[in-house]
Amino acid sequence: MATSHAPSHADNGKYYVPHDTQWPIIGSVALFTLMLGVVSYLNEWAGGWAFIPGAAILAFMFFGWFGTVIDENERGMYNLAVDRSFRMGMIWFIFSEIMFFAAFFGALFYARTLSVPWIGGEGVKVFNKIFLWPEFNAGWPSNGPAQLSPRENGSFEVIPAFGLPAINTLILLTSGVTITIAHHALKAGNRAMLNVFLAATFLLGFLFVGLQATEYMEAYQHYGLQLGTGIYGSTFFMLTGFHGLHVTIGAIMLTVIWLRTMKGHFTPTRHFGFEAVAWYWHFVDVVWLGLFVFVYWI
Amino acid sequence: MAHEHAAAHDDHHQAPTGLMRWIKTTNHKDIGTLYLIFSAVMFFVGGAMAMVIRAELFKPGMQFVDPSFFNSMTTVHALAMIFGAVMPAWVGLANWMIPLQIGAPDMALPRMNNFSFWILPFAFTLLLIGFFVPGGAPAGGWTLYPPLVLQGGDSLPMAIFAVHLMGASSIMGVINVIVTIMNMRAPGMTLLRMPLFVWTWLITAYLLIAVMPVLAGAVTMLLTDHFFGTSFFSAAGGGDPVMFQHIFWFFGHPEVYILILPAFGIVSEIIPTFSRKPLFGYEAMVYASASIAFLSFIVWAHHMFTVGMPLAGQMFFMLSTMLIAIPTGVKVFNWCATLWRGSLTFETPMLFALAFLFLFTCGGFSGLMLAIVPADFQYHDTYFVVAHFHYVLVPGAVFAIMAGVYYWMPKWTGHMYDEKLGKWHFWLSAIFVNVLFFPQHFLGLAGMPRRIPDYSTQFADWNMVSSLGAFGFGLSQLLFPYIIWKCVKGGAPAPARAWEGAHGLEWEVPSPAPHHTWDEAPSMAVIARGAEH
Amino acid sequence: MMTKNSAKVASYLSAGALALAASAAHAEWALNMTQGVTDISRRIYSLHMLMLWICVAIGVFVFGWIIYSILSFRKSQGAVPDTRMVHNTKAEVIWTVIPVLILIACAVPAARTLIETENATNTELTIRVTGYQWKWGYDYVDAGVNVLSTLDHASNEARQLNSSIDPASVPDYLLNVDHPLVVPAGTKVRLLLTAQDVIHAWWVPALAVKKDAIPGFINEVWFKVDEDKTGTYRGQCAELCGRDHGFMPIVVEVRSKAEFAAWLEQQKAAAQPAAAPAVTADATATTGQTG
Ligand code: HEA
Ligand code: HEA
Ligand code: CUA
Ligand SMILES: [Cu+2]
Repeated sequence: MATSHAPSHADNGKYYVPHDTQWPIIGSVALFTLMLGVVSYLNEWAGGWAFIPGAAILAFMFFGWFGTVIDENERGMYNLAVDRSFRMGMIWFIFSEIMFFAAFFGALFYARTLSVPWIGGEGVKVFNKIFLWPEFNAGWPSNGPAQLSPRENGSFEVIPAFGLPAINTLILLTSGVTITIAHHALKAGNRAMLNVFLAATFLLGFLFVGLQATEYMEAYQHYGLQLGTGIYGSTFFMLTGFHGLHVTIGAIMLTVIWLRTMKGHFTPTRHFGFEAVAWYWHFVDVVWLGLFVFVYWI
Repeated sequence: MAHEHAAAHDDHHQAPTGLMRWIKTTNHKDIGTLYLIFSAVMFFVGGAMAMVIRAELFKPGMQFVDPSFFNSMTTVHALAMIFGAVMPAWVGLANWMIPLQIGAPDMALPRMNNFSFWILPFAFTLLLIGFFVPGGAPAGGWTLYPPLVLQGGDSLPMAIFAVHLMGASSIMGVINVIVTIMNMRAPGMTLLRMPLFVWTWLITAYLLIAVMPVLAGAVTMLLTDHFFGTSFFSAAGGGDPVMFQHIFWFFGHPEVYILILPAFGIVSEIIPTFSRKPLFGYEAMVYASASIAFLSFIVWAHHMFTVGMPLAGQMFFMLSTMLIAIPTGVKVFNWCATLWRGSLTFETPMLFALAFLFLFTCGGFSGLMLAIVPADFQYHDTYFVVAHFHYVLVPGAVFAIMAGVYYWMPKWTGHMYDEKLGKWHFWLSAIFVNVLFFPQHFLGLAGMPRRIPDYSTQFADWNMVSSLGAFGFGLSQLLFPYIIWKCVKGGAPAPARAWEGAHGLEWEVPSPAPHHTWDEAPSMAVIARGAEH
Repeated sequence: MMTKNSAKVASYLSAGALALAASAAHAEWALNMTQGVTDISRRIYSLHMLMLWICVAIGVFVFGWIIYSILSFRKSQGAVPDTRMVHNTKAEVIWTVIPVLILIACAVPAARTLIETENATNTELTIRVTGYQWKWGYDYVDAGVNVLSTLDHASNEARQLNSSIDPASVPDYLLNVDHPLVVPAGTKVRLLLTAQDVIHAWWVPALAVKKDAIPGFINEVWFKVDEDKTGTYRGQCAELCGRDHGFMPIVVEVRSKAEFAAWLEQQKAAAQPAAAPAVTADATATTGQTG
């Protein structure tokens, strides 16, 4: 087992199997507490206070666990095989995230192409119109025959694609470019450029989240578009909301990576942490393109 | 037989002892053991609920429980069995055996491995304390269909979060399996040399990672529909309750193959061993498993033939479902061909594997009948369906797990189990499982709906038979933990290659397998000896 | 081993014989689906039997193969394994192609019947069916007649927890209602199914009709009872719908056309003075909202 403190990624070492670890059990307790807190809040038992210690323990767990891993890595305990395991693990984790979004995209497509037209009496479902929803004219966007909306008249507006969303698209695409530049800089050993472009990336990320927040405010206050605005509001906010959450997480991870580069972590050949975050960032980017096309644009 | 490369070297650090050893362990064998113990506990919890169901259904009239509680029993029985008993058993066996079988020192991501286990007890605590909150445990069926499930009491968000946790656990578990298999094979252990248990698990892992997140999405939508005013599943807002069913079954159908594919793998190990003959058609078996997995993504709506889908949809899902019989048939025929011209002995693992072969096939046949849409209009939501899926799940998945446990127990404990008791366990199980589930075909065909706590007197006779079978089957299962306990405590010492006809790297290390194995990857010679399939 | 296996076979056989003997003794030990009283139901029945016999035939073959191997290739009788038998492409092709052919043979009649069941044209009578927790509403659309159908009183008494009423003493225990659905024989009847609260499913085995009743949507389904098959047919809700899912049976009374017409007139007359009960389009228009 390598014990030198200099990053020596020699590949003759064994596959590193850590001995014992307290982090998972701490994480499990954290998740359990956190969820009990949310349950308690939702059921109006005693407020969601348990959420706070839960989240705090979870954050502690992340710091501790990742800290340990980073430390081991910096001490050169991981050979190339371990590195490969991390990469594969990250790729499959991202794949699982893609499938999570797929569920919501599926709901969107189902609503647009099947349930809303059916409620409007399309095809064999003509009796829906005759007997149940005579007033309803199917179309997209829709908040359903009950015209669920905060407004008196049941109307709502959608956010035009070529306003803020287009700007946000540009922002995310640019951030995809900046992180690629940062990556090249890292590989070329140009640390200054790496630091600058990495910083630019997460700043763009946070800018995106900020703009998204103003968009939500607009929607809630002026567009009559809320989470409860029928199926359009549901799909709109759940898709963009989960995406925004992922951008936030991604931007935080970028920040962490940036702090690490500032401390001199990563080498031109070995930088799994950097790459993992970059992949994640690209994933967030691609999901956004799907959102831009299917939620905002067409 | 014991190979020098497998030499134990247990001593390079002070492991924590007592409870802490189990809580903090990163060893794949320890974690495998934890999974298997958890699975056994949940099997008994879920089984106890099944006993409540069968007791209430013993005769017409309401004798023991309130109808809502009955529905909770049905719901939680299924969740406990599927997510608590069978899936963790598979992950446990994967943990124990995959590194041994591919010559890897451990699972690829050992810390995460610990995490994926320890989430589980918390997830089930969250689910089971639902019995004690206002409104009682979830009672909308394991399929969680809205709008009904949204009428649930305070346990609804608990069940949803429990599903999230189980999903997180599964995803981490299978990432580990995929990465271990793809990255940790000993040099020379090519993909097409891997034992079938490893193959089927790899395919299972791909299925799982594709569908667990979809289930998470579906239950998240339930949560927001209930608490945050979204309208995914409500027509008034433009959604559709049936949309949930589509999303759920996009998960749910692959899920049932997740439950059975590792069983195929185990049976494909055991039958050759006790036939003293290589598995017939190894490559065909691999391709058949992959085809089953692929097809399982495009058949989901066969669970929903009565929801009023357009004709073309019904037709498509009928035909795609029927197709699954073909690769499954290939597997069955290859097992038969493996038995053919073998030299058979009938130790307990082999008996369970043979019963699997018979009874899983019976369950497959009723599955094929269910796929015929017009006929499914008569079968759907009756005990015929209950009979179908218990045949594939109990003498299917559960028997295969038992077969695997008997098969590998000598490797784990270093002792042979009590063969006589094992045979008792087998024969009692095999007979009672049929008394329990075969009559349910008749009940379904005669018109008894599922998920009812009471029934018309015309269904009385077969229900009584079924309940008697259930009690017999349940009591027989008490033998199982006893046999395991006895084997852990002592018994004839097991040689490294515990079975005469066994092949595979796991038999190249001593029994019991030392705490750390394959620290040095096995040599080509060892691999070649192990890989004769 | 030999004896144990034959014991297993024997136990199956004797269980089967027992079942058959018992079914002769009293009709309760029902084993199979009924043929039903419509053209479609009979077609479905024969599909079911076709599939059953195909499965039995394949089963005989597969299980025969296994049993033969178990009996003939045992080590205890000196069997020597043929370890060179590892694969055979011809065999793989055969046992892929033959099942394909069998499946095609199943799929053709299945598809035909399916197309027929979906053919809801030229119906002569339309009834709207609404599922409620836990009763059924029937609305004869053109006649303006409404019927609410709930579990009959006697069953309801007996099914309470520890009621100490013997279910056997209640006629048609749990399969009887206060007001059945009345339909004419020899008429193509269309049902438009929906629900008020949660999903239910309307199922009458003798008509081979099972379709979900979904809040906010209408499903269409039809049946046509043979002219000479008047009588009472029973079924149950077939989708878990909460606490009393087991207690919302369906009873269909099939009458001759003339008797039906008379019944309908009588209902119309009775409905005139009193205001129509709650089963109206308006009431259903607020569905879909769940609480
Ligand atoms: C391990 C789990 C498992 C497995 C392996 C299967 C396997 C199959 N299942 Fe099953 N199924 C379930 C678990 C499983 N199922 C569960 C849990 C439910 C109910 C869920 C709920 O509602 O709660 C269900 C419900 C279910 C339904 C819905 C019924 C309804 O609700 O109305 C249908 C319909 O098509 C179906 C079909 C099939 C088919 C075609 C197969 C096929 O894979 C079977 C293939 C196998 C064979 C056919 C036998 C071997 C083949 C040969 C010997 C070759 C030659 C054969 C022929 C040519 C016929 N299943
Ligand atoms: C892997 C999955 C799995 C397994 C192993 C089982 C195992 C069993 N199941 Fe389960 N079951 C499902 C999955 C499974 N089931 C699913 C998915 C459903 C559908 C749920 C739904 O509709 O939503 C279902 C539904 C279901 C029903 C229908 C309920 C209804 O529709 O209302 C019934 C009824 O007989 C039943 C019975 C049994 C029995 C008797 C066993 C037995 O095999 C259990 C045997 C085990 C034990 C008994 C435990 C061990 C012994 C003891 C605890 C000692 C004490 C013993 C005694 C007191 C006798 N199950
Ligand atoms: Cu109504 Cu079940
Ligand atoms: Cu399925």
